[in-house]
Amino acid sequence: MALFLSFLLPGIPYGCAYALMGAGLVLTYRASGVFNLAFGAQAYVSAIIFSIAVHDAWPAWAAFVVAVLVASPAIGLAMERLLFRYTRTAGPLVKLVPALGLLIAIPSVTQMIIGTSTRLPSSLVLQTWKIYFRLGSTPVSGGELSTTVITVVVVGLFALVLRSSGLGLRMRAVVESPRMAELSGVRADRTSATAWVLSSLFAGLAGVLLAPLFATVSAPNFTALLVAAIAAAAIGGFESLPLVLAGAIGLGIAQQLLAGYLPSGTILSSGLRPAFPFVVLAIALVARRTLRQPAARDPLASCDPPALAFRAPARMTQVAVGSRAFSVLVAGMLVATTVVLVPGSWEFVFTLGTVLSIVFLSITLLTGMGGQISLGQAAFAGAGAFTAGQLAMHAVPVLAAVLLGGLLAAALGAVVALPALRLGGIAVGLLTLSFALLATNVLFLYPWSGNGATGLTVPRPQVGTVSFAGNGAFFWLVLAFLVLLAGAVKLVQGGTIGRELAALRGSERGSAAIGIDMRRLRVVAFTLSAAIAGIGGALYASLQQSISVNDFNYQFSLVYVVVVAAVGVYSVAGALEAGVLYAVLMQLTSTLSSRFSSLLALVFALAALTYVRHPEGVVAYGKAWVLDRAEQLTRHLQRAEPTYAGPSGAATGQRHGHLRPHLRPHLHGGDRR
Amino acid sequence: MSAVVTGIDAGPGIDATAVAQGARSLADGRPLLELRRVEASYGPYRALFGVSFTVPEGSVVALVGSNGAGKSTVARVVSGLVRAKAGSVWLAGSEITRWPAWRIARAGIAHAPEGRSVLASLTVEENLELAARALLGRRRSKGALDRAFGAFGRLAERRHQLAGTLSGGEQRMLSLAKVLAVPARLLVVDELSLGLAPAVVDEVFGALRAVRDAGTSLLVVEQHVDRVLAMADRAVVLVRGRVAAEGSVAEVLPVVARLLPQRAPVAGAASSSAQHRSPQQPGGRPGRPDAE
Ligand SMILES: Nc1ncnc2c1ncn2[C@@H]1O[C@H](COP(=O)(O)OP(=O)(O)OP(=O)(O)O)[C@@H](O)[C@H]1O
Ligand SMILES: [Mg+2]
Repeated sequence: MALFLSFLLPGIPYGCAYALMGAGLVLTYRASGVFNLAFGAQAYVSAIIFSIAVHDAWPAWAAFVVAVLVASPAIGLAMERLLFRYTRTAGPLVKLVPALGLLIAIPSVTQMIIGTSTRLPSSLVLQTWKIYFRLGSTPVSGGELSTTVITVVVVGLFALVLRSSGLGLRMRAVVESPRMAELSGVRADRTSATAWVLSSLFAGLAGVLLAPLFATVSAPNFTALLVAAIAAAAIGGFESLPLVLAGAIGLGIAQQLLAGYLPSGTILSSGLRPAFPFVVLAIALVARRTLRQPAARDPLASCDPPALAFRAPARMTQVAVGSRAFSVLVAGMLVATTVVLVPGSWEFVFTLGTVLSIVFLSITLLTGMGGQISLGQAAFAGAGAFTAGQLAMHAVPVLAAVLLGGLLAAALGAVVALPALRLGGIAVGLLTLSFALLATNVLFLYPWSGNGATGLTVPRPQVGTVSFAGNGAFFWLVLAFLVLLAGAVKLVQGGTIGRELAALRGSERGSAAIGIDMRRLRVVAFTLSAAIAGIGGALYASLQQSISVNDFNYQFSLVYVVVVAAVGVYSVAGALEAGVLYAVLMQLTSTLSSRFSSLLALVFALAALTYVRHPEGVVAYGKAWVLDRAEQLTRHLQRAEPTYAGPSGAATGQRHGHLRPHLRPHLHGGDRR
Repeated sequence: MSAVVTGIDAGPGIDATAVAQGARSLADGRPLLELRRVEASYGPYRALFGVSFTVPEGSVVALVGSNGAGKSTVARVVSGLVRAKAGSVWLAGSEITRWPAWRIARAGIAHAPEGRSVLASLTVEENLELAARALLGRRRSKGALDRAFGAFGRLAERRHQLAGTLSGGEQRMLSLAKVLAVPARLLVVDELSLGLAPAVVDEVFGALRAVRDAGTSLLVVEQHVDRVLAMADRAVVLVRGRVAAEGSVAEVLPVVARLLPQRAPVAGAASSSAQHRSPQQPGGRPGRPDAE
């Protein structure tokens, strides 16, 4: 019993931290429909501010006020005002991408400001009290006690306030339809801003309370906690704060009990304990009903102009031909420079870019075409890579091993798709994220799979007498794969599956209603996408020749989505550009000091923040802008009648100028101006 | 009193001033709501072109026009759901053009939008409570709820049901109950009777009349042109986003007959209206037997 208690009690502070973060997540989710994945990053910022202030000999209370009561709410308010206010009625992907961008951007900006030196956590005064009392024979420290009391009081008070002030009701109204809420006299803006401020208070509090649980204050620690917090929120159905609290504490305790009772030193204990929250999250997502149905649609959505068509508008012939010729020219030059001109290191860079393009194609297919959010593509890539590696070790020809890697990844994709069948939008993303975490924390650690941090070695392919060992030869091989796969994705896009996927992206229920088998379609999309990612991963393995679990860390899954969304998720060209751009920028920034090591991610993260306004991606937007200008110029030179008239000429404005809705209804007969 | 009947091709400037003058000369009183040369668009699509008209204090104004004429857009501009690109909107002398919708709601304009206009994820009671609390404050919201449930017994039975699971007609009822629970200065209703059983339509019109008698001005968009004209003091005819005619019901009637021949309340419609409503005066002019 004493042993049991001594395992159990340390779990409670963890559970409390999960509860604070879970409650904060529920709050923003309820008020704006945003799944704030940057929540852990917010907690991290508060923890670091607190720690720095205390080390600078500030009184603890002043540090607390600045870190928790000022800085954190200010960040939350800024997030709401500048970003998420505009995503309220948008789809799940639009809400998710900026949050992912922030998850990456916040820690990297913080790192640039404060540098990379290790920060030690500081404790609140309460937590350092050396009063112990005993529960049975188990000592209870002041830290454990104060964390628990603070959490329970804060969450409890908060649940009360939500209920009695009507804030909870207003939040639910605003998230369904800000406009309907406003018609009822509710200040939608203020309601969601309040929710974000309160939720950020939770983040700050969690950060400061949690910091002493770790040896150092670092962002990954907090991000990892986020998963447990999401699991707690899922247990509470993303709704009930008391249930979140109970679930979170249960989770914290269960984790510690597992740690205590599982035989130590085995992969079971080192794997299962971190994997536990992901498993709970996956179960809670699938078992609880809340996230299963897509949220109610805004009844006043018809007040908005029609959504933009994610389809390149028809261009004037000259411009279309010109732009195609230009793309071919650029691509040709890239290939030529890679093969002929550039020094070895850059040859490698472009090959890497090509490989990444393949992996990114899997996101184009799944997310761009099918509207399914996957935060686990790096895990599929890893599955392909490690399969290829294992097979190659057993003397299977590398090329065959690469294809078999794709096959196994495809099978995994189908398996992951099955529990995702009943989920929608963001829940699919969370499920795939938990799969990715499971992969990096457990699945890839075994000798028969990824062999942990040691990893595997994978040779370059050899077909008959043709060896692809040299970087140049390997580049041609990878390029051939890319061309084939890009062509295949284009074929899929233009074919029946592509049309069905487009319908699925538009409306799942609508697609089901016109006789599309949604479940089969989803499995197909996940399988194809995972296959592409797997092949890409296997080629990556062969390119690098030695790989380990770190190459397929779950964080890459998040980064990939951010990069592709930033560049352009709706077209095959977007994936290619994203791959090359990412590899080139990676090379350019690789020489920077460690303080700016995350600059690359930051660039894409900031670009992803524009996703709200330009879901087609910044590069795609830029291209369309240039082509628009080109068309204007051509027309000017020809002095010809326009081949078409924009819906209202100048009134079209910058914002919609490049994406002309496809079918232009003739408004008011001839009255278009 | 002179009707302002302009061709749809006339410049917006002409009728704007004329309408404003026409409205001010009305015996009914000063304008409660006034639109001055309002332009509105949805992104690149323009929907309203210099729309001007007034709603005098205490009157019922019918807004008629064919599908896509811009009636709902006018209603949305008035309640702040869509912001006017140009022109201005005035409520009792103060300009509300740039006010956010919540502020307009608190200033006393209630809007029952077209279509499914309830919050599906809230219960019936919560739907009503939301508006009552925001507009009246917590203490007085109880009375508003009782009033709403008193008026619509059917909703009272279903007070704990999610609004999204109500039938289409019940949802329309709930959106009416929402705007009726809290007394407003101006009530804007958009196709309220759409999809309701004939008997319920009668009930709805009865409720609107009661609201009018209690002192609320009304701006009514209806496809049942004959019925709404029978109840209205004035009418505004929209054609392709422009005001084609504005004036008393008698004055705009010829325009309505010309522009919406299928709906003209002259022969067929008048007699059908006579079947379940009150008798018409001779000459095809819908009277207002229940008014005053
Ligand atoms: N969200 C929108 N995006 C683009 N155009 C719109 C949008 N809503 C309405 N329109 C267009 O604006 C014009 C006016 O629409 P509105 O809804 O005001 O018409 P209405 O008179 O209410 O028609 P109905 O009698 O069919 O309800 C129509 O041509 C319509 O196509
Ligand atoms: Mg309408």
